[in-house]
Amino acid sequence: MTKHYGATKALESVSFSVPTSGIFALIGRNGAGKTTLVRILATELQPTSGSAWINGIDVINEEKKLRERIAIVPQEARAIAWMTPSQTISSYLLWRGFRLGEAKRRATESLARLGLEKYASKLNRTLSGGTKRKVLAATVLASESDIIFLDEPTTGLDPISRREFWEILRELGRDRFIFLTTHYLEEAEQLADNIGILKDGHLLASGSLASLRERIRYQYSIKLPPKVSPPSGVQGEITTGKNGESQIMTNEDEAFTISRELSENGLRFSISPVSLEDIFFQLVGEVAVDEQ
Amino acid sequence: MKRSKSSQVIAAILVNAVYEMRNYPVVLVTTILSPLSFLVVIAFVSRGSLIGQAIEGGLIMSMFTSGMALQGDLSHLKNDFKLQDMLVGSPASPQIYVLGMAISEIIYTLPAIAILAVLTRIYIHPDILQTLALIGALSLVFLTSIVIGFMFSTLSSDVVQSFAFSRLLSTLFTTITPVYYPITYIPLPYRYLAYLSPTTYAAEIVQNATGYLSIPRSAVEIDWAVLVGLTIVLFILTAKKARWKEV
Ligand SMILES: Nc1ncnc2c1ncn2[C@@H]1O[C@H](COP(=O)(O)OP(=O)(O)OP(=O)(O)O)[C@@H](O)[C@H]1O
Ligand SMILES: [Mg+2]
Repeated sequence: MTKHYGATKALESVSFSVPTSGIFALIGRNGAGKTTLVRILATELQPTSGSAWINGIDVINEEKKLRERIAIVPQEARAIAWMTPSQTISSYLLWRGFRLGEAKRRATESLARLGLEKYASKLNRTLSGGTKRKVLAATVLASESDIIFLDEPTTGLDPISRREFWEILRELGRDRFIFLTTHYLEEAEQLADNIGILKDGHLLASGSLASLRERIRYQYSIKLPPKVSPPSGVQGEITTGKNGESQIMTNEDEAFTISRELSENGLRFSISPVSLEDIFFQLVGEVAVDEQ
Repeated sequence: MKRSKSSQVIAAILVNAVYEMRNYPVVLVTTILSPLSFLVVIAFVSRGSLIGQAIEGGLIMSMFTSGMALQGDLSHLKNDFKLQDMLVGSPASPQIYVLGMAISEIIYTLPAIAILAVLTRIYIHPDILQTLALIGALSLVFLTSIVIGFMFSTLSSDVVQSFAFSRLLSTLFTTITPVYYPITYIPLPYRYLAYLSPTTYAAEIVQNATGYLSIPRSAVEIDWAVLVGLTIVLFILTAKKARWKEV
């Protein structure tokens, strides 16, 4: 898939395939092309070239058929000021062709699921920013759609709401496909079955967290408390933080050698597979350094 | 899933008319006031002699303004709330969306139309044929303006720009043009300019039908042909040019 806006190359030969069940998270810096990709897949934007299929439905040539199945909350969508959350949801469902009674029933149910009952009949314009975002999520989640696009759904949510929202998405991800974008790496890590990393319109990698780990040089991270110095002759990368704690990033083999050595010497340390954040910095950050 | 078309129409009516009116009733006052204010001015200035034309002008203006209001509302919902984006990525079709929104604009115009209809009965008392001519011409003005409104809304990316634009169109097509007064009041060379506006043809039709203007039968036929032709051309143009999906 390629999308150019004049001279801006928003997407450049992006190609990937993911299972359309569970949750797929797309990450990347501002302007990486996440929204562009989401909008193309949700049949909102015509790509410059390329093709895509979702569950065998051609995104470009069978858009009507696909639209029967999808729902989207665009990045900049806002709940309509003069309506209440409950009216917001039920009118969206009416537009999807639900009967009024069913629309109202689903609206109530969806608001309850996101813990928004108490706002049901307040005006959207009187709600806080995060609550407004939740109303929009509740809107598409109330629909029958089994392919849901959420462009930065948790931006503006407080930490507790975000976690509650993850729970809801996890549950919904059991029988639907949720395609989301996020700037919270922890969110992608905790929530997504598969993750895609975009940089400047190029897809650097996509797959499960485990498979993304394979893509980078170092798969393990060993953390040492202050005063414990790393063994000599380490091949991996050592960084020392302000607090004196140091981190060794290395491959599997060396990670085990080092940890054996540390434990034989009775030293305290912690070892874990690299986090998505480490992967992101290695993949996106490294290239950024190269370019300078 | 079986999708209900009537639900899809009702959605637009609720969002754009019912819920909005409940919150901003002042909008309703404006839609009643603007056609009536012109009517009153023209009626006073002409010492009552142009009241018939002025009522017909009010009707044409109400119809044309609905389309311009539609343009403003659609742009607002599209650009400020991204409603169009949400609906493009859903089973709602552009046709059903515009149909619902167009009906919601008629609902806003209803009070003005009701007042004007009463005035029409009192001052013009049209017979059946005249009434049919009025309804026919007014419907065409409505369709034309709705189509123009939808097309511009899908092309606009900025609300301020689109509100300014719809005011401009309203002024050009309903105030300056001979909608509230007979075209014969315009000095000849400028008269031809008036024919650039679709509302001029509608005004000629209704003024002629109700006896305020007398033009040859052939001229009336041309007026109808132009109005119908224009509506069809705009429909085709809009179907081709209006952007539901972005490129
Ligand atoms: N309508 C447009 N016209 C011109 N350029 C655009 C348009 N939309 C996006 N772009 C450009 O395309 C590139 C990708 O933008 P996109 O919105 O997809 O990024 P993103 O990854 O969603 O960023 P963010 O995290 O900030 O939301 C950017 O360089 C952006 O400036
Ligand atoms: Mg974005």
